[in-house]
Amino acid sequence: MNKKQKKMLLRILIAAVLMIAFALLPLKGYLRFGLFLIPYLVIGYDILRKAAKGIANRQVFDENFLMAAATIGAILLGEYTEGVAVMLFYQIGELFQSYAVGKSRRNISELMDIRPDYANIENGAALEKVDPDEVAVGTVIVVQPGEKIPIDGIITQGSTTLNTSALTGESLPREVRAGDEVISGCINMSGLIKVRTTKEFGESTVSQILELVENASSRKSRSENFITRFAHYYTPAVCYGALALAFLPPLARMLLFSLPPHWHDWIFRALTFLVISCPCALVISIPLSFFAGIGGAGNAGVLVKGSNYLEALAQTDCVVFDKTGTMTMGVFEVTAVHDNTIAKEDLLDYAAHAECRSSHPISRSLQKACQKDLDPARVTDVQEIAGHGVIAIVDGKTVAAGNDKLMKREGIPCPDCESDGTLIHVAVDGSYAGHIVISDRLKPQAKEAVAALRKAGVGKTVMLTGDSKNSAQKIAAQLDIREVYSELLPADKVSIVENLLTKEKKNRKLAFVGDGINDAPVLSRADIGIAMGALGSDAAIEAADIVLMDDNPLKIVKAIRIARKCIRIVYENIYFAIGIKILCLILGALGIANMWAAIFADVGVMVLAVLNAIRALYVKKL
Amino acid sequence: MKKSYKIDVDCANCAAKMEEAAKKTAGVKDAVVNFMTLKMNVEFEDGADPKAVMQDVLCGCKKVEEDCEIYL
Repeated sequence: MNKKQKKMLLRILIAAVLMIAFALLPLKGYLRFGLFLIPYLVIGYDILRKAAKGIANRQVFDENFLMAAATIGAILLGEYTEGVAVMLFYQIGELFQSYAVGKSRRNISELMDIRPDYANIENGAALEKVDPDEVAVGTVIVVQPGEKIPIDGIITQGSTTLNTSALTGESLPREVRAGDEVISGCINMSGLIKVRTTKEFGESTVSQILELVENASSRKSRSENFITRFAHYYTPAVCYGALALAFLPPLARMLLFSLPPHWHDWIFRALTFLVISCPCALVISIPLSFFAGIGGAGNAGVLVKGSNYLEALAQTDCVVFDKTGTMTMGVFEVTAVHDNTIAKEDLLDYAAHAECRSSHPISRSLQKACQKDLDPARVTDVQEIAGHGVIAIVDGKTVAAGNDKLMKREGIPCPDCESDGTLIHVAVDGSYAGHIVISDRLKPQAKEAVAALRKAGVGKTVMLTGDSKNSAQKIAAQLDIREVYSELLPADKVSIVENLLTKEKKNRKLAFVGDGINDAPVLSRADIGIAMGALGSDAAIEAADIVLMDDNPLKIVKAIRIARKCIRIVYENIYFAIGIKILCLILGALGIANMWAAIFADVGVMVLAVLNAIRALYVKKL
Repeated sequence: MKKSYKIDVDCANCAAKMEEAAKKTAGVKDAVVNFMTLKMNVEFEDGADPKAVMQDVLCGCKKVEEDCEIYL
């Protein structure tokens, strides 16, 4: 508890003791009034002052005003104990709320405790600790065992195992050695490594993630906006309702039925009405639920950019997958070379060089199969043609490497191949030189993920790929995905997603899952763009609404489950809080619910709603 | 231009009031107050001086909710 909260606790204790003592003493008249004023002012002076200021600033209808009016009214009617108790319990509720919010704030920042405090720079023989912000790109930093990697970079020396669980939620450590890329936020577990930084701290993974998480709940969901609007109309409406309840029935009794007016009774009912009506349970618990949901998701390696996306994700009915890198490993391996008119090694050499500027997984596998270091100086005039391939000048020869569409475009006849996998046709100086067969492997969890999505109630699964029809069909059959679109250019993917979007029912959402390479336009076009395995990929983090930190497709299901749980809690709270309040308002108006029931409707409901909201933080077992 | 400021405020409703007040301040294009992370993100209008504008924002916020703070 902080200082403010401790002070409030003390005030609550003093007021409670005094209130109980005075209630037990047989006091009468002005003495009783005067004595009860002491605990009342101890507990409520700030509320009264705020209410007065609110009136002076013409911001009348807020909860301070409600509480001040209700308690002053109760005291004027001679119900001293109730007046003080309402204020007391209101303050207990506020204290609890502030404590709970502070606690979950701390919880979440602990969950996301990935911010590195310093970077080690070698200064002669000694290590110097500097602010990561001041480290220039290209500096070599030293990361000792037990330390966090502060900035993204490449290992120049040493090997170690990294704990990436703070980033990905994945507990399996990762082995890295010299030459491997490392990302900030991982914890170095075993050996000392030297890392040459490739980014500034501000652009490093860890900074991007923190910024994303910290700004997440600024994008408000529909439920949150609903509550804001609701509170805007609700509070004044209840105040006028209370006013009407205080005056209309007694006047009606007097004038129409010639009965005694019972002013005291009706005014007391009106005050009960005011106490019940305080909207704090809703105003606090809805954003808190989203905050906790986003925090819990972050801990599980699912970064959500705003509560609106969490809400949309819960309504997902159609999931569209990109194939490569999402359902498959994206680690392609060259499995065969067919129909080659030149030596196999030369063919691989040309293809690998032509593709050497590209970071596409296919080009990386070509480079790997080539088995020697590439010399980028041999390559000039690289033209990348999206969805087709590349054309480049290698050693003065025009090399075209890509799919059959590229060959068609270049007017080079190419043979068909029965092999399972992706074909890279290569033409040198306009004549066909052979094709390379590259196969991808399915991710081990992919099948399970599709089945789990179906079980979770996702009605439709669709797979898109730029790959050939043959291999797309095969993969889809293995995964049990019925709708497949193959041989697509990035632009085709957008139009297919647009087409699917028009078929979606109202209030049902379409999610697109991709690995962020080449599919940024689709990620932003879909209702929810999910980028996976996006660690270190700026474009994906930028374009996506939800970022899965590792590349396990089961995380998609987990993300949906987290979202559903969070939204369920939000609706529970909305229905529960409004339901109890309306019930108590009716009972209060009828004179059945007394002031104590009103206190429960106000403070009790708030406490329960806050406790319920915090449940959204716990997502481990989903 | 956008800037983010740390704030301190006690209740969600008060945070909403601060947001309202900040939005109404001259020179502020848009403002979002996040009660959960205690941050205020302000988007300034072109040519506005953030420092001067933020003083007005602070004044406006103090008026609607005296128990608040913006760390400039």
